[in-house]
Amino acid sequence: MAGTLAEKVWADHVVRRGENGEPDLLYIDLQLLHEVTSPQAFDGLRQEGRLPRRIDQTIATEDHNTPTIDIDKPIADITSRTQIDTLRRNAQEFGVRIHSLGDRDQGIVHVVGPQLGLTMPGITVVCGDSHTSTHGAFGALAFGIGTSEVEHVLATQTLSLTPFKTMAINVTGSLKPGVTAKDIILAVIAKIGTGGGAGYVLEYRGEAIRELSMEGRMTICNMSIEAGARAGMIAPDETTFEYVKGRPHAPQGEDWDEAVAYWKTLRSDDDATFDAEVVIDADELEPFVTWGTNPGQGLPLSAAVPAPEDFVDETDRYAAERALEYMDLVPGTPLKDIKVDTVFMGSCTNGRIEDLRAFASVLEGRTKHPDVRVMVVPGSARVRLQAEQEGLDEIFLAFGAEWRQAGCSMCLGMNPDQLAPGERAASTSNRNFEGRQGKGGRTHLVSPVVAAATAVRGTLSSPSDLGAPVAPAAPSDLQPTA
Amino acid sequence: MEAFTTHTGIGVPLRRSNVDTDQIIPAVYLKRVTKTGFDDGLFNAWRTNDPEFVLNKPAYAKGSVLVAGPDFGTGSSREHAVWALRDYGFKAVLSTRFAEIFRGNAGKQGLVAGILSQDDIEQLWKILEETPGAEVTVDLENRQVHAGESTFRFDIDEYTRWRLMEGLDDIGLTLRHEAEITAFEATRPAWMPKTLPARTADSV
Repeated sequence: MAGTLAEKVWADHVVRRGENGEPDLLYIDLQLLHEVTSPQAFDGLRQEGRLPRRIDQTIATEDHNTPTIDIDKPIADITSRTQIDTLRRNAQEFGVRIHSLGDRDQGIVHVVGPQLGLTMPGITVVCGDSHTSTHGAFGALAFGIGTSEVEHVLATQTLSLTPFKTMAINVTGSLKPGVTAKDIILAVIAKIGTGGGAGYVLEYRGEAIRELSMEGRMTICNMSIEAGARAGMIAPDETTFEYVKGRPHAPQGEDWDEAVAYWKTLRSDDDATFDAEVVIDADELEPFVTWGTNPGQGLPLSAAVPAPEDFVDETDRYAAERALEYMDLVPGTPLKDIKVDTVFMGSCTNGRIEDLRAFASVLEGRTKHPDVRVMVVPGSARVRLQAEQEGLDEIFLAFGAEWRQAGCSMCLGMNPDQLAPGERAASTSNRNFEGRQGKGGRTHLVSPVVAAATAVRGTLSSPSDLGAPVAPAAPSDLQPTA
Repeated sequence: MEAFTTHTGIGVPLRRSNVDTDQIIPAVYLKRVTKTGFDDGLFNAWRTNDPEFVLNKPAYAKGSVLVAGPDFGTGSSREHAVWALRDYGFKAVLSTRFAEIFRGNAGKQGLVAGILSQDDIEQLWKILEETPGAEVTVDLENRQVHAGESTFRFDIDEYTRWRLMEGLDDIGLTLRHEAEITAFEATRPAWMPKTLPARTADSV
């Protein structure tokens, strides 16, 4: 029978088919752990006298709580330090591989997995973190779970799950220069809404997706959860194989050939049916930005702040009213007139080397707006090393940005990197929820190049708003279309 | 997990959509390594900054059935959101649509996440706002909510309902099939990812 990519990966992992409405028992190939959602899971194992079933399919890193400066000193926040120490103790007690602060392989869990070559096409990946959907960029079925499920996977290497529905997101055409993967996913979420993907695994398809690098694909799959989807996937292709090849844990020799032969079968059949389908025209896309307090409240950067009356649905109208109040925005204000205090460049959405390169390419030879603070936080210690090898750090520092150590940083207001109440940020992260980046902080989600242009002008901006030196593309290509 | 059949308690009308898990419990409250004591973090920003917030009104403060707008529990996977609701005293949350990770987490912790139509949610809001402190009964066995003179039907998947009513431990249930897990493992190709022995890149 014809199947979609998600259905094929699912079928290859069913340990036991559920009967009479019971869920299927699904095998989990890889579990990633971090300090926040694992302590109670290890505690549960201890209480029941259980051991992790497969420590060789488990890996831990420290990211959410970790500071991004002075990492050689003890963590000042005592509760953060306790959580990190608890993870280290648990890893030692149960024999789980861990990459701690200061280690070259430490970093945001979703940057570390792909970087080590542990994330592969066709596998199942879980982590107690909703952005586990990132790994779907490889054609893996990857999703976030709660702490009880973390314990369940530690103990059994399986999860009981009800099959998902599938939704095709067809992104036709090609992106214009200055428009990126981040703009695709923000446009998708604005179109289907924060609950639009509920019950679905999204499969991103089409020419514009095929043209993306692995890093761009990870940005897209990362934010599938912001549309309410359980996972996002992209069928593996030569771009995927090229990225995985030669990484520390990638298959080698004959294993590699066997793996690739299997991976090539991982695509939705031509006659497969999706439960829902959405089309986005990449040719028409322009840089996107959020104006509200959920990731679905986004618009093209050339638009103006909407008025609550613009929304037909009563719930949407009320949500817009509340969001505008929290964001302190006046309807009708051009988005490009909104001043920001902070630019945050980083996170599991946009903290990889390509993101840093894109950010640096806009900053280079330009001057930072005096009122803006710019934080650049690599997604992993290795990304930081690579950026330094390429001299990107010098561009950041010359521009007046802070160049920090790897971690989740200002994405989530859990470590010292936070917005002050009332502060406004252009952020390459994934969530613009109330207080997400610090109590009372206001977040506009943007791509790395929009973040960079904003750092130059001090208001939300795209690279096409900047004077020379400009990207080598023809200026007409950079003009917004609407 | 304690078995759940019916629960009667004060209904709390939360007229908001897209209540994400950062609102339910902000990240700064996630640093504990225990599974209890999260009630102080529940809706912390709203409880501290907004005197009009429903739980700040004495009639609702001891609520145990939350009636919320669509897309409840979106965002982060933090199970702490469920622990915070549970620690505060909530036994059930009713909404038109839940984020899936939240719904899964609720089912593991004995918190009923019942799905009603928007019309029924509106009617419940009306009843609870007209009579602050009114009690609501959540009858899991019959999938019904009783409030005032009205009865509403809610949806919850059959497997979760069964587990909640029996108070069953998930891991124990799965380990009944350990032989099948072992048999499955024997069929996995050798090149599937292995974290051990640890390998690392030689250069950047």
